[in-house]
Amino acid sequence: MEFSLQAEKLSKRFDTQTLAVEDISLKVKPGEFLTLLGPSGGGKTTTLRLLAGFEKPSSGRIQIGSRIVADDAHFTPPEKRRIGMVFQDYALFPHVNARENIGFGLGRNTKERSKQIERMLALVGMAPYAERMPHELSGGQQQRVALARALAPNPDILLLDEPFSNLDTGLRAQVRTDVRRILRETETTAIFVTHDQEEALSLSDEIAVIFEGKLLQLATPHAIYNRPVSMRVAKFVGDANFMPAEAHGMTAQCRLGEVKLFHPKTGKVQLLIRPEALAVRFDEIGTPATVLWREFFGHYQRLGLALADGAELMARAGVDRYFRRGDKVWVSMALPALAYDV
Amino acid sequence: MHLPDIIRPRQKLNGALRQARPHWRFGNRQLAQAASLAVVAVVMIPVAYLVLGAFHAGAEGIDYLLRARTLRIVGNSLALMLTVTACASFIALPFAWLTARSDLPWRRVFLALGLAAMVIPSYLTAVTFSEAFGPKGMLQSLLEPIGVGRLPSIKGFFGAALTLSFVTFPYIVLPARAALLRCDRNLEEAGQSLGLSRWAVFRQIILPQLRPALSTGMLMTALYCLSDFGAVAVMRFNAFTRAIFLQTESYRLDKASMLALVLIVLTIALLIVQSRLQHGGRHYRVGSGAARNLERLPLGKWKLPAVAFCATVIGIGVLTPLLVLFSWLSGHRLTNPIQVPLTELLGNTVGVSAVSALVVTAAALPLALLAMHAASRSDRWLVQLAYLGNALPGIVIALALVIFATSNLLSWYQTLPLLIVGYAIHYLPFSIGATESAFAQTNPRFEEVARSLGISAWAALARITLPLARAGILAGLALVFLNVMKELPTTLLLRPIGFRTFATRIWSAYDEAFLSSIALPGLLLVLASLIALAILLRQDEGIA
Repeated sequence: MEFSLQAEKLSKRFDTQTLAVEDISLKVKPGEFLTLLGPSGGGKTTTLRLLAGFEKPSSGRIQIGSRIVADDAHFTPPEKRRIGMVFQDYALFPHVNARENIGFGLGRNTKERSKQIERMLALVGMAPYAERMPHELSGGQQQRVALARALAPNPDILLLDEPFSNLDTGLRAQVRTDVRRILRETETTAIFVTHDQEEALSLSDEIAVIFEGKLLQLATPHAIYNRPVSMRVAKFVGDANFMPAEAHGMTAQCRLGEVKLFHPKTGKVQLLIRPEALAVRFDEIGTPATVLWREFFGHYQRLGLALADGAELMARAGVDRYFRRGDKVWVSMALPALAYDV
Repeated sequence: MHLPDIIRPRQKLNGALRQARPHWRFGNRQLAQAASLAVVAVVMIPVAYLVLGAFHAGAEGIDYLLRARTLRIVGNSLALMLTVTACASFIALPFAWLTARSDLPWRRVFLALGLAAMVIPSYLTAVTFSEAFGPKGMLQSLLEPIGVGRLPSIKGFFGAALTLSFVTFPYIVLPARAALLRCDRNLEEAGQSLGLSRWAVFRQIILPQLRPALSTGMLMTALYCLSDFGAVAVMRFNAFTRAIFLQTESYRLDKASMLALVLIVLTIALLIVQSRLQHGGRHYRVGSGAARNLERLPLGKWKLPAVAFCATVIGIGVLTPLLVLFSWLSGHRLTNPIQVPLTELLGNTVGVSAVSALVVTAAALPLALLAMHAASRSDRWLVQLAYLGNALPGIVIALALVIFATSNLLSWYQTLPLLIVGYAIHYLPFSIGATESAFAQTNPRFEEVARSLGISAWAALARITLPLARAGILAGLALVFLNVMKELPTTLLLRPIGFRTFATRIWSAYDEAFLSSIALPGLLLVLASLIALAILLRQDEGIA
């Protein structure tokens, strides 16, 4: 199968001995949207810059389409890689207007050039603002121009470095949806860096979780959330409760009594219990607990629970029942749990 | 001297911005490196030639150095340096505090005028001081009604020290004021809450925070004294620069270079101390948030003495030179038998300054590029070496070029190209600094975006970085232009015979006591200096 981008055992070492990126391998299919997710300073931006060609890998190989752009023998500079890049601060050239920003990567003044600019302006819905200078555009509009500028030369692959983090929350959801639509319409292969797990889960076809320069897991958002390979990944993506347990094959014994497991395990384990896997009720089924706190989000509520021995759990409940601080409730597992060796 | 260096220490540019620049392909970097190397070679070779030649003199040279007259020159320079640094500090500290932290009326005006004292060429200040405060001068006519007869001449140590104190005190005001504005107000309030008096707060809390800035300013002043030619030459005080000039003028180049060698050693020693201090000083830096809303201390009954103090400083340092120049402009004095048309002077001065500014700006470009990308230690060294030209006194560079040209390039000696090279070496750092900081202020992402759009590094430079940095580069160009206009020792030693500029005209007119010929060139140079100051202040809006 042909991949749009392949990275093999990519490593980057800066001045110090520590590796910023260590042995990262990625494969991206045409039209796919891959997210590099991880905490700040974890190496995901460095990975992106290696793919773009702004940094030279210390070792490893990068292939875009059928072209090898970096390996031990040679290194293709960014301007020859046919990539597009959208930066966190958009980096619109302040001395030219929106139209000229979009046309920057296109050749000399030709008909094809102005046609392509018009196409891009229409694609991102910026046609009415084409003559505006960057400082006359709002954050969301700047974002669209930056996207159009990157897409204009028809890059083989689009790289986005935290492109939504400078937008305020209300705008962010809208822009996110728009960007996803535009990328789908243009069938662009894209790699996207973020530290926002919600963004990663909602937008991506695949997520690569990167911690301390290492790739911990590369999988679909569904698999990352439901089958995280380690407790670290589980903690980073979504809310998580952990509970010590004694596993016996497909079941384990813990404070909540006997719970079902996804995979067979034996011995001491830690169970990952997502808040929505807990059923909280008033009808005395399960383990008794007390409501410590409640956060109401309209379409669901989040509960802090204390078990009889003082252990605390976070649960998620629908809004059909009303919980108050101090309520006596009963908790039980509604779904099988994932178990990790201690 | 380079004003932005005081206000904006070079370390500031070494931040994340610089590291985040994309790496260049080898071809690009090598081109910039080769060009930089050529520029640095032009800077270094004459100086190296001078130093090696001086070492070559061997025992004879040491013999000359140990002569009583030579030792007296060393003593003179050191005494002048120490006296001026002390006097300038005494003027600068209250001046800085009053303009920064008190409710002194017209403090902005005082500050701006105070800084003007720094940019008026020192020979002009010296010429006007010796006229105003000497026999039959302005001061004497003011004092006559109270029975003071004839004032003694101020030529010599006193005149040189007086001139240099008033020319250099802004070099201490600037860093001291910046430090006073940066002081952490919370610390002072903590002191007051512990029961310290205002004076105790100043001594125990504010002054220690000022110490690094004060030492930086004092070192700048000391360096200025060592390298200044104008004031000591006009005041006929035998410090290094004047002695070197006299020896060079009478073609005793070996003696001149021995003296220059000692001066270089002293200068480098001071520079080393300065760089040490700057590194140590960074511990004192206070977070930026607290700085803005500093409370101004009401002066109360001290208001009048404070205004009188500042007015006196400005009156001596800035208004005196202006008044004297204007009085010469309108006065009926002996007419100079050697009439030089103003158009010739103007044409020469502007022409040679403009060409030099263009040459310097072009030469600075590869070095600024290299500094911006600063990929390797050797690149950084190359840039540092280019800064040498401004660290060394102008007279030393001029002497080095005289020696180099007379022994290797005789056909270049006393030609305009060599004069321009001399200016270029001395003012190259102005242009590198301006260009480098203009580059540093452009978003490094711009270049990356361009390259991700398929545009080569050079095209990105031409289409994005240069257009965006244009204002900064032009400001650097203007600064070089305006400073070359004022330059005296380089011009005196390297100019073609019969080539006159404003600076040399003032020099020879003063030598021959045709003071009215000084007025117009002098006022035009003051005007040029004020424009230069305005550019500097606009580059760094935070200080005024």
